[in-house]
Amino acid sequence: MTAPFVPHTDEEISEMLAFLGLESLDDLFETVPAAIRLAGGLDLAPGASEADVLDRLDELAARNRPTGRHLVCFAGAGAYDHEIPAVVKALASRSEFVTAYTPYQPEVAQGVLQAIFEFQSMTARLAGLEISNASLYDGAVALVEASNLATVATGNRRVLCSAGVNPRWRETLATFSKGSGHELETVPLGPDGTTDWSAIAAAPAGGILVASPNFLGCIEDLGPARAAADASGARLVVAFDPVSSGVLRTPGSAGADVVVGEGQALGTPLGFGGPYLGLFTCRLSDVRRLPGRLVGETVDTESRPAYVTTLRAREQDIRREHASSNVCTNQTLMAVTAAIQLGWLGTAGLREVALRSARASRYLREALLALPTTEPVTTAPTLREFAVRTPAPATTLVERLVDAGFLAGVPVVEGFEDTRLEESLLVAATERRTRAEIDAFAAAFEKASR
Amino acid sequence: MSPAPAHEQGSLTPAGGRARSTPLMGRAPEPSLFELSVKGRRSASFRTSGLPDWTLEELVPEAYRAPEPVELPEVSERDLVAHFTRLTHRQYSVDLGAYPLGSCTMKYNPKSCDLAASLAGFADVHPASPPSCTQGWLELLVELEQSLCVITGMAAATLQPPAGAAGELTGLLLMRAYHSANDGGSPARRRVIIPDSAHGTNPASVTLSGFEVTTVGTNARGGVDIDGLRRVLDTDVAGMMLTNPNTLGLFEEEIAEITRLVHDVGGLMYYDGANLNAILGVVRPGDMGFDIVHLNLHKTFATPHGGGGPGAGPVAVSERLVDFLPGPRPVRRPDGSFGWHKPEHSIGRIHSWHGNALVLLRAWTYVRLNGSDGLRRVAETAVLNANFVKERLRGTYELPYDRPVMHECVVSARSIAKETGVRALDVAKRLLELGFHSPTVYFPHIVDEALMIEPTETESPQTVAALADALVQIAEEARAEDGTGAAAAQGAPATTPVGRVDETRAARHLIATIDQRPPSGG
Repeated sequence: MTAPFVPHTDEEISEMLAFLGLESLDDLFETVPAAIRLAGGLDLAPGASEADVLDRLDELAARNRPTGRHLVCFAGAGAYDHEIPAVVKALASRSEFVTAYTPYQPEVAQGVLQAIFEFQSMTARLAGLEISNASLYDGAVALVEASNLATVATGNRRVLCSAGVNPRWRETLATFSKGSGHELETVPLGPDGTTDWSAIAAAPAGGILVASPNFLGCIEDLGPARAAADASGARLVVAFDPVSSGVLRTPGSAGADVVVGEGQALGTPLGFGGPYLGLFTCRLSDVRRLPGRLVGETVDTESRPAYVTTLRAREQDIRREHASSNVCTNQTLMAVTAAIQLGWLGTAGLREVALRSARASRYLREALLALPTTEPVTTAPTLREFAVRTPAPATTLVERLVDAGFLAGVPVVEGFEDTRLEESLLVAATERRTRAEIDAFAAAFEKASR
Repeated sequence: MSPAPAHEQGSLTPAGGRARSTPLMGRAPEPSLFELSVKGRRSASFRTSGLPDWTLEELVPEAYRAPEPVELPEVSERDLVAHFTRLTHRQYSVDLGAYPLGSCTMKYNPKSCDLAASLAGFADVHPASPPSCTQGWLELLVELEQSLCVITGMAAATLQPPAGAAGELTGLLLMRAYHSANDGGSPARRRVIIPDSAHGTNPASVTLSGFEVTTVGTNARGGVDIDGLRRVLDTDVAGMMLTNPNTLGLFEEEIAEITRLVHDVGGLMYYDGANLNAILGVVRPGDMGFDIVHLNLHKTFATPHGGGGPGAGPVAVSERLVDFLPGPRPVRRPDGSFGWHKPEHSIGRIHSWHGNALVLLRAWTYVRLNGSDGLRRVAETAVLNANFVKERLRGTYELPYDRPVMHECVVSARSIAKETGVRALDVAKRLLELGFHSPTVYFPHIVDEALMIEPTETESPQTVAALADALVQIAEEARAEDGTGAAAAQGAPATTPVGRVDETRAARHLIATIDQRPPSGG
């Protein structure tokens, strides 16, 4: 019998069994009733060598089309092809970060704890709020947890969510609302592609949820959203893009009570959608309702600076059925990665990523809209991403352009009742896109959209 | 430690690069990256784009523009590397040594699994790519789902839940959807039963899924109190959540009777897979009568914890729940190609994309490396190590439920605490000085002064023996007549990067960001 990571020799196993007064390994499972024991073993292949398994992985990988020089990425929709430098990959793969557990023993976990403290500090600044937690699973769950915070804080289960929020996140919110009992209402988008707040009923609410830039790439004016929250007594939750904070006013400074987001753009690879990084920030006054872990600074017995997870009384292992969140495992490694990436970028670098992405996006937009059959879908200002429509359905267009070496974008196929959006294509450009790539893409796009 | 005043440093800002690594292994406090920052210093560089250099003013209307940039640390690449490398020297990890945290299954994380996750053919795939670009990924996910179903004895699984707690909530929402469909949407089934030894995520998940918790006690043998269970069972019970082996490390001997009783009132059985490592290839949740199973791939299937995450918490279900699974699910189409399918009565999406795919990939790799024989050996040696450590501690620590254990054992420091004042926490802190990570302490709550020890199968007999010896040494020192040993334990750890941390101060004077620090740094 082989088990590649079990060190015990047969002799050692025999000695240990003898010490325990047992004759065989089967004797260890005497407390498992014979009637339910598995006869004949698991119906799986026997173990394989590392080399054989890696060969099989190579075969499978060859049947994927990763983004890169042979499939230039113009897709976004919550997952972006930003630069990840060698230094970030090297530091984030340090095994002390990768193979550590949750920092329950702070004396031997100062490395992870301090890195999280730095992550919290940077994330709070990007959001423009006072408090950031140590991360959640992804943007969708961060939105769900924000909705939970808002309804618990206000005692009101009515939640108004802009149709501009990522439809996958809205679907996740709807899934969890079946348990939490939130009453979800969707606020439609106006003709320009931003939320039409005039449409909402003036009843009290617990949470108002809006994204900026929204799913269609449009930058939202948060003023009317703030006014709607004030009028209904709701917490204003803004889903933001941390990269956009390099050039845009932070959501916190524009009136948000809770700011959530997807942090994948901060150093995490596309990775077929995960693991990503849920960002969650709030005002200091809501800190006792914060979901997930929080790291605080303190001192040790010799007054040396030290870090520790704090306000633990909020968490599920202590509050059990009274907890407002069940989060335990989070995305610490991605949070540490984001701190390293933001350290690499610095003040000027983050601004440059946002600015360069905006330039590439503007150039791309002009190139695509110059084509005779491409129409804009929205008119509001955008930053990195925007939607267009062509006579060809978006899904067909994407398939055709894959053959030409481009991942053209993400079809808007679900989550919108708006007929303007049917079969439109969401296109993004990051700082990694060049003029040559965009010119070639536009030429291929014209052919494919005929 | 404080840097020299500015006037003694010429024109240099008193920060960047002044951190030192001496003495080695992190006894020196590490400044934050903000303190290492020097305005104007930078690391980042970008691709030459050839694009027009439009200004921000030309690109973004003034109303939306940031009045001033968000300030981030500005450091050289060299300082960035030095800072985070020094932080790693202040961090314990599985790669460094044994991590016998009960309930956490901190086994060794194979490097080939990390290598697999770094292959560009997987790591650089956009999640919204059309299926024609992701056939390899989809086949891998379908294979993983099938393997997990074989291992658990279930019919189908969702791979979306990104962690165990997310899996629990998903499973309970499945339970809710199932009862709604079968009871004509009646809300009559509102209670979920949980043993008092359960993990905290269980009751929290029950509340978030809109159910109420009913707690059932533990009998003298450490199992579910069957009479107590009978008393709380009624037709308003939606189901029962159970960890088996439970958090005492004990196999639930009457599991068949428990599942029968719950099924008899129309409830579903939920298996918390936190402790699945103990029974791989030995017994399957499906054969015990469970309907819903979540797995913690970051425990049983050796994917690294990353300092607290990411994890992955797939949920496998029996036939009658398959149509309710979250979607879209990766599926093999009749023509042999792979695509996505949303189950007919799906509860909906529970993740932005397809789950923590690169974690799932590592678990797939781990399953292939071990295979059917290897997984069984994993369970056997995990259980062997746990019983070995338990027997080595007999006579030194109390064994509150003295039966053969599965993958972990719970011992009590109650008598040591009573005699010497050295509590479980002190034992845990002293153990850090002796070179091991601490066991889980004060859990499960039903055991006083609990130390929950899970060696896992990847620690050698020698390491497990040394761990047991260290725990015995601590107890013997504590009982030394002159009291020096007890004092040493209560003052421990003295050899770690920091000593015991003032948790009360952290909570009372919250400083959770650099901007919350008092202005003078005091």
